Amino acid sequence: MRTVRPVLLLALFGGALLFGTPTALRAEDPPAPPKTATVDDVTTAKNAALQSADIAWILVASALVMLMLPGLALFYGGMVRRKNVLGTMMHTMAALGIVGVQWVVCGYSLSFGESAISVTVGHTDTGEPIKGSLIGYSPELIGLGSSAAVGTDDKAELKAAGKDPEKATDEEKAEAAKSTAHKSRFKTFPNTQLPLYLHAMFQGMFAIITVALISGAFAERVKFGSYCLFILLWTTVVYDPLAHWVWSYNWVKTAPTDPVTSAAGWLGVKGAIDFAGGTVVHIAAGISGLVAILILRKRTGYLKQTFHPNSMVLTLLGAGLLWFGWFGFNGGSALFANAQAVSAFTVTQVAAAMASLAWMGVEWIHRGKPTALGFASGLVAGLVAITPASGYVTPGGAIIIGALSGILCYWAVTLKTILGYDDSLDAFGIHGVGGILGAILTGALVSLPLWLYGSGMPVETFPGKLNDAKTAVDFGAQLQSQFLAVGAAVVYGAVVTGILVALIEYTIGFTVKPAAEAAGLDLSQHNETGFDMGPDVDAGAAVIPKAANMPPAMANGKGKRFTVVIEGVPAKDLHKVWEELCKPKESDPSKEFEAIYPYLTTVKGNLLRFRGGDPAAMKDKVKALFESELKTTVQTHVEQG
Amino acid sequence: MKLIVAIIRPEKLDEVQQALAERDVYLMTVTDVRGCGRQRGYTEVYRGQEVQTRLIPKLKIEIAVNEAFVEATVEAIVHAARSSGTGAIGDGKIFVLALEDAVRIRTGESGPAAIGP
Repeated sequence: MRTVRPVLLLALFGGALLFGTPTALRAEDPPAPPKTATVDDVTTAKNAALQSADIAWILVASALVMLMLPGLALFYGGMVRRKNVLGTMMHTMAALGIVGVQWVVCGYSLSFGESAISVTVGHTDTGEPIKGSLIGYSPELIGLGSSAAVGTDDKAELKAAGKDPEKATDEEKAEAAKSTAHKSRFKTFPNTQLPLYLHAMFQGMFAIITVALISGAFAERVKFGSYCLFILLWTTVVYDPLAHWVWSYNWVKTAPTDPVTSAAGWLGVKGAIDFAGGTVVHIAAGISGLVAILILRKRTGYLKQTFHPNSMVLTLLGAGLLWFGWFGFNGGSALFANAQAVSAFTVTQVAAAMASLAWMGVEWIHRGKPTALGFASGLVAGLVAITPASGYVTPGGAIIIGALSGILCYWAVTLKTILGYDDSLDAFGIHGVGGILGAILTGALVSLPLWLYGSGMPVETFPGKLNDAKTAVDFGAQLQSQFLAVGAAVVYGAVVTGILVALIEYTIGFTVKPAAEAAGLDLSQHNETGFDMGPDVDAGAAVIPKAANMPPAMANGKGKRFTVVIEGVPAKDLHKVWEELCKPKESDPSKEFEAIYPYLTTVKGNLLRFRGGDPAAMKDKVKALFESELKTTVQTHVEQG
Repeated sequence: MKLIVAIIRPEKLDEVQQALAERDVYLMTVTDVRGCGRQRGYTEVYRGQEVQTRLIPKLKIEIAVNEAFVEATVEAIVHAARSSGTGAIGDGKIFVLALEDAVRIRTGESGPAAIGP
C-alpha cells in the first residue's frame, strides 16, 4: 500500500525532533524556537519509512528465492536413481556458486545496464521510431562497484570541479546538480526505492535458479565440468539478454515530468507483461532443456529398463520448499512491500494448491491412485504457470491457471515416452509447457483494477496494452504481445542453447562415458556416495552370546519337539494335499488345519515335525485332516525328538 | 556342521533373532537383499510412467551351526518368520547347506569349536 499511516509517521517524526537535536540542549545556546514540521519533512519521513519497509520485504524475499535452490536440489535429487543423487543435487547447488559470482561480475550489468544495442520495434502515432534494447551494458555496474551504489552529492561535485561550494554561482550549482544526478542514477532501481545491491541480489537469485532448472532435463548423464561451463555460458548469453528484454528499465526518466521511467528492453516496450519471470525463467529454461536433450544422447537403457527414483521423500520436501520460496519469487517481484506483493503472494498460494489438486485428480482418475510425485509435480506446474500472472490476476484467475496447468502438464510429461526424447526430470514438460501456458493465460486473465489497486500507480503506467480510452485492458493486443514474448523466448533460447550445447558436446564432450554413467555420477563425477545404503537393520535382542553344546529345552513345553509319522499313503500324495491346504483361499481353513499349522515346523517324507502342542492331540488331528482330504484311512503315531 | 541360509521378510528380523537367542543361537550375518519368488512384484507409477518392481526387499540371515542346533535353528526361524495366522506367500525360505570347515580368524580354531560364541 502506498498510503501513509500518518499518526505513526508523525509520532516517529516527533520523536526525532525531541531526541535527535542534541545541539539545542547545550547551555550556552539560546533556547531554540520550537520547530514546526513542514510538509517536506513529513514527506521525507514518510518516504524513509516506506523505503525501510520495501527493503525489509525484498531482503526477505531474496533469501526466500535462495531457499528455492536447495528446494530444487531435493526435488530433483529425489527423482533420480540412488547412484546419481549427489550429482543431480550438485547441478543445482553449483549454480549458486557459478552464477552467484558471474552475476556480480557482469551478469547484472548485461541484464539491467543501460541499453548498449537497440533496435526500432515500432512507431508512435506521430511516426517517431520506438526503440527497444537488445542488451544492456553499464561499465559502472561491472563488479557492482561503490561508485554506482553510493553515487555522489552536489558539494562533492563542486569540490571535484575545483569550486568552493559556499561561493558557487547558480550556474555552477545547476551544473553540479546535473552531474550529481547522472553519477547517482544507479543508487536505486528505477521506479522503486530499492538500493542497487538489493535489486541486484534479488534478481541474481532468479538468474541462479533459472540455469539450475535446466539441469533437470539432462540429469543422470552429463559431466560436471562441462555442465559448469555450460551454465556459465548459458546464463551470460541466454539469460542475461532475455532478462534485459523483459525487465530492464531506463535508469533516468525520458522527460522529468514522466510519472515513471519507461521500459528499456524491447519486449517490455512491446507491452508484454511478465510479473515474475514466466518467460525469462521458465520458458527459457524449459525450451533450453528440450534443445539440449535433443542434441545429447539419451541415458543408457532409456525406455528399455526401469529407472527407479530414490526418494519421493526428498522430492516432496523439495517441492514444499519450492512452494515456500516462491512466495518470495512472486511476492518479491512487486519490488515494493505493497498490496501488489500481497496479491502476488495470494495467487501464488491459490494456483499451487489448485494445480496440485488438478494433477492429483487427473492421475487418480486416469491411473487409479493419487501419487506423491503427482502432487509435487502438480504444485510446481501451478507455481510455474502463475509466475508471469501473479500481480496481474485475481484468485479466481489463479484457480483457472492452476487447474489448466496441472492438467496440461500431466499430459505433457507423458509426451516424452511417446516421442522418445529423454527429458530426465521433465524440465520441459513442466517448466516449458507450464511457462508457456502461464504466459498466455496472463494476457487473457489480467485484471486492470487489481493492478491499479496493487501498485497504487496511475493507469498510464500500466505496462501492458490498454484500450484507446485507457479504461480497460485490450485483451487482443495483450495476447499478441504475450505470444510475441513466448515466441521470442522460445526461438532465442532454442537457437543459442543449441549452439552452446553442440559446441561443448563436440569439443570437450558434454555427456559422460557409459561406464561412468553405469557407476553413477556420485562416484564418477564427485568420488562420493550420496546415500550410505548398507543394511539398515540394527534390531534384535540385546543378549550376551554364551557357549552351549545343545540348544536349551524350551520352558512350559513350548519348545518340545516331536514328530507325527503318517502311514498308509505315499509321501507324494501327502505333500500334494498339504501344499493345497497351505494355499491362501477365500474360505477359512478347516479346524484341524488351523490346529496343526501353528505348531508345524517342517514336512519331510511322511514325517511332520512339530514344536509345541499336545502330541496325542496333534496325532489325532493330523489323522482326521488327511483322512478327510484323501478320502482314505491313514495311520499316525508320535515319535519323540 | 551346517550353514543355514534363511531369506525372511525384513520386518521379521527382530522376532527371528529373539527366537534364535532363546535357543542359544546368537551368531549370524544379516544382509539386505532383493529377490523374486512366488510373491509377485508390484507396480509403481511415477508421473504416469509405470515402474515394475519384480525384486522385493528381503533380509538374508546366514548362520553356521553344529549338528545339534540344526533342528532348533530351523524350527526357530520357521515359527518366528511365518506371517501370523496361516502364513503367506513371501514369508521366505531356509536353505541348509553342508559346511566343510570353519575357522575363527582370531584364534585359528577350526571345526565345530570355531562356530559357537
